[in-house]
This record gives sequence, structure tokens and C-alpha cells, in this order.
Amino acid sequence: MSIKDTVNDARSKWMEGTGADNDVVISSRIRLARNLKGIPFPHFMSDADAANVIHAVRIAAENTELVKQVGAVEFTDLAELSSTERQILVEKHLISPHHAENIKSRAVILAPDESVSIMINEEDHLRIQCLQPGLELEETWKQADKIDDLLELTLDYSFSEKRGYLTACPTNVGTGLRASVMLHLPGLVVSKQIGQIVGAISQLGLAVRGYYGEGTEAYGNLFQISNQVTLGQIESEIVENLLSVTNQIVNQERSSREIIFRDNRQLLEDRIYRAIGTMRYARMITSQEALKNISDMRLGIELGLLKGLTFEKINELIILTRPAFLIKKAGQEMEAGERDVLRANIIREKLSEIKFD
Amino acid sequence: MTKIINGNKTETNLCEVCAQEENSIGMGPNWMLQNIVAELFNQSISGSPQVQVTRSKPIQCEQCGFTDVNFSQVGKLGCPKCYEVFEQKLDPVLRRVHGFPTHTGKIPQRTGGSIGLRRQIEELRQELQKAVTREEYEKAAEIRDKIRGLENQLG
Ligand SMILES: [Zn+2]
Ligand SMILES: [Zn+2]
Repeated sequence: MSIKDTVNDARSKWMEGTGADNDVVISSRIRLARNLKGIPFPHFMSDADAANVIHAVRIAAENTELVKQVGAVEFTDLAELSSTERQILVEKHLISPHHAENIKSRAVILAPDESVSIMINEEDHLRIQCLQPGLELEETWKQADKIDDLLELTLDYSFSEKRGYLTACPTNVGTGLRASVMLHLPGLVVSKQIGQIVGAISQLGLAVRGYYGEGTEAYGNLFQISNQVTLGQIESEIVENLLSVTNQIVNQERSSREIIFRDNRQLLEDRIYRAIGTMRYARMITSQEALKNISDMRLGIELGLLKGLTFEKINELIILTRPAFLIKKAGQEMEAGERDVLRANIIREKLSEIKFD
Repeated sequence: MTKIINGNKTETNLCEVCAQEENSIGMGPNWMLQNIVAELFNQSISGSPQVQVTRSKPIQCEQCGFTDVNFSQVGKLGCPKCYEVFEQKLDPVLRRVHGFPTHTGKIPQRTGGSIGLRRQIEELRQELQKAVTREEYEKAAEIRDKIRGLENQLG
């Protein structure tokens, strides 16, 4: 897939809806921060250094072994993309918001299925990201580890025996590893257990945040959990720790869904079918309302009620209805009201292909 | 942000960018705090963030020119060398952010030098100790030979 396809097609490998525990876990991500020896970190480097880093990483990523592993990677200078296109890469979780903001001397390298992305000159010289559907943290870590080894064939990483891989921020130093999972937790939200769980998780050195929304509101009941500590633990320990906490949350989420389904089946079914009704017929939908309905519909699939709908379709709807995708589709900036109309049109069109009963 | 590692409650964290990226929900206003690493850094210089200490000269990295004052402003270091230059000030910060301040994870092939080899030898020495305690002399001899082989590689 070329970068032009990437910014025009909402679909991506991580959205396939496959993988372990896909009734709760949408995706697993591993990110490694790496820097090159003897060169200042991106926020403090000269333009010449930045160009050298881009050149070196590009050559490293195009080595035949790596291409054999992940497919023909594509290099893109961020300056070649419009701000909307960069924002789409953010919405598809392929680059960070920080990377999209500042385009000078920044680039990204993508694998054809988008499961691997390497940001160049983000906060660190390299941010290697592997992103897979479902709860596949160990596999994803193995993949990132392998890619890291292959890149290192021609790159000299900055490393100290005591502090490990040296990063611009001391919060990433050591392993440079950030592992995260994206979870759909409607059961824990409805049963109001989520607050307590967030508190408990944060005491384990993990961070929880709502994927969409502001403050304490997590639109679409989508949450991300990630490790905070990167130094003093080995990589597999960090991954195992997140995996075991995630497994516990998955079990708690399933049992709260079961209880809700048992005790309030009609209410729940009503809510799911109302979501479908709105999404199929509404003429204007805000992003927040869309996320809420998408969450209800996803729950319908998870409970086995909506046979015609797939996780992949639902994930695609999330991305298709994000602001940058809408602007791309419209070909121009829009007022909020116009956006809501276009969003509703796209949703209706997508759902018209589906037989619900 | 507040977290508890090994029973120690810590207030930590994050340059502005990382704070945004990792901003957590449901934790009240404390979770919104930014540049706390930088604050910590000030603290470890002066003992208390409230006390204005007039220092004669900022510490500067000879490689990139970054200073400890820059660090407390942005929460980031200038270059890899800065980790050595600001070592003394960084250590307490890293302890508070990560709990344990020494790397135990992956080692790069090209720039890891003999670190991997030395780590391997250290592990084998511990195994040797155990084998001797268990009076498994044949196994101990085997391990000893392995250690010698690795030590020869070290040169
Ligand atoms: Zn940072
Ligand atoms: Zn420096």
C-alpha cells in the first residue's frame, strides 16, 4: 500500500478485529525509542544532523532482511503530506500527534500492511512501532525486537551500560519500551467499576487513559493501558506485567457484561438496537454520538446479537468518522454542522451494506 | 503524576509532549501536572523548589552545549552525552520515575561492547556457585570451562 492509499483508506492491519480476546482487546502496541550515537536529540539537533539521521534510518530500514520480514517499506517525508493527511496518520494510530505537528526534518517509514511504522526525528531519532489486532503483546514485542535488531545492523545506537538506551526524555530511558493495549470496556463503565480499576492499575506502575474524549470522559468506552516504567525491568517483564493486568481486566469486563446481560437484557438490547436505528437513519451525527453508538454496536457483536456486523467494519467506522478523514473526503475544511451531515452520510452508506437480522 | 512503585509513593514525570501522550484519566488535577521531571530536577539541585539558589554557573554538556537550566525548562536532555554530564542530578530523578535506576534489559550488538559478555559471565558465575553448593562437580567443571571461554573472548 502506498502512502496515498494509506491516507485514503481507513482500514489498517490493527483494525482487523482478529487476535486473542478480541471481544475486549482491540489492539496491542509496542513502541521502542532509539537514538543514534553522538547526535543531539531531535529537539536540539541541527538541520544537517536531522538530515543525516533521516538518511541513515532510511538506508537501515530498506535493508533486504528487514524488507523480507515486513514487506516493501515505504519512506515518506512528512513535508510531502498535507496537514489533513498527517492528521489521518494520527487517526489511524500510525504516527503520534506530536510527530504530525512539526514537519521540519521529520519522516515516517511504513510497512505495507501498516503494522510497522518507524517515526524519524519525533521526540527521539527513531520510534519503532508495531501494532497488531487483539491481545498479542508477546508476539508484537518479538516482532519489534526483531526489527530493532535488523535496523541495528547499520545503525549505532546510543547506549550506556548503566542507563540502557538513552532517550531525549528520562521517562523513556532504559528499555525505551512502551507497551500498550486498547480496550473496549462498556461493562466496567456501565457497572461503574472503571474508576476503581483505573486507581488500582495506576498503583502497578501502569497508566490508563481514555482513547477519545476529554478529562474523565472516555467516549466510545475505549481505554488505553500502558507501562510507565521503562528502566530497571527487562523487556519481557514489562510485557508480561501489562499482559497479566490486561488479562484480569478482560475477565472482569466479561463478567460484568454477563451480569448486565442477565439482569437487564431488555434494556441492553434496546440500547444496542437504538444505536443501530440512529446510525442507519440519522442525518446529522456528532463525533461523540457516533463513538457512543459505535460502542453499543460493538457490544452487540461481542454479545453475539449482531451477526451481520464485524469488528473490522466497526473499527473502520471509528476511523472514517474522525475529523481529518471527513475533511479528506469532503476535499475542504467544514463547519461543525456540515461535518455532522457528512459523518451521518458516510455511516448510513457503510451500514446500508449490512444485514442486521 | 502519582504512582506507587515498590511501596513508595512518587510524584513524577514527563516533558510536555509525553504528558499529553500519557495523560491519564480519572486521577484528578494532579494527573495533569506537566514538566514534573524538571521540577524534580530543580529540587535535587536546591533541596527545595521554593528556595531560590543562586548558583554561580549552570552545568553545561561539552558535547552539545545543553545546560541543566535548559533541562529544567523543557524536561528533556540535549544529547546522549548529557546523561553522563548531569549524572549526579539525574540519578535521584530516575530513581523516582522508575524505581530502580539501572538498565537490565536488551543490549545492542554494535554499541553494547562487552556488556553482554560480562553479563553472561556474571550469570554463569552464579550458576557455578549453585552447582558447587549442590556438589554437582561435573556440571561445575562444565560451567567453569564456559566462563573461561567467555573470559578469553573478553581478552
Ligand atoms: Zn518527552
Ligand atoms: Zn549533551
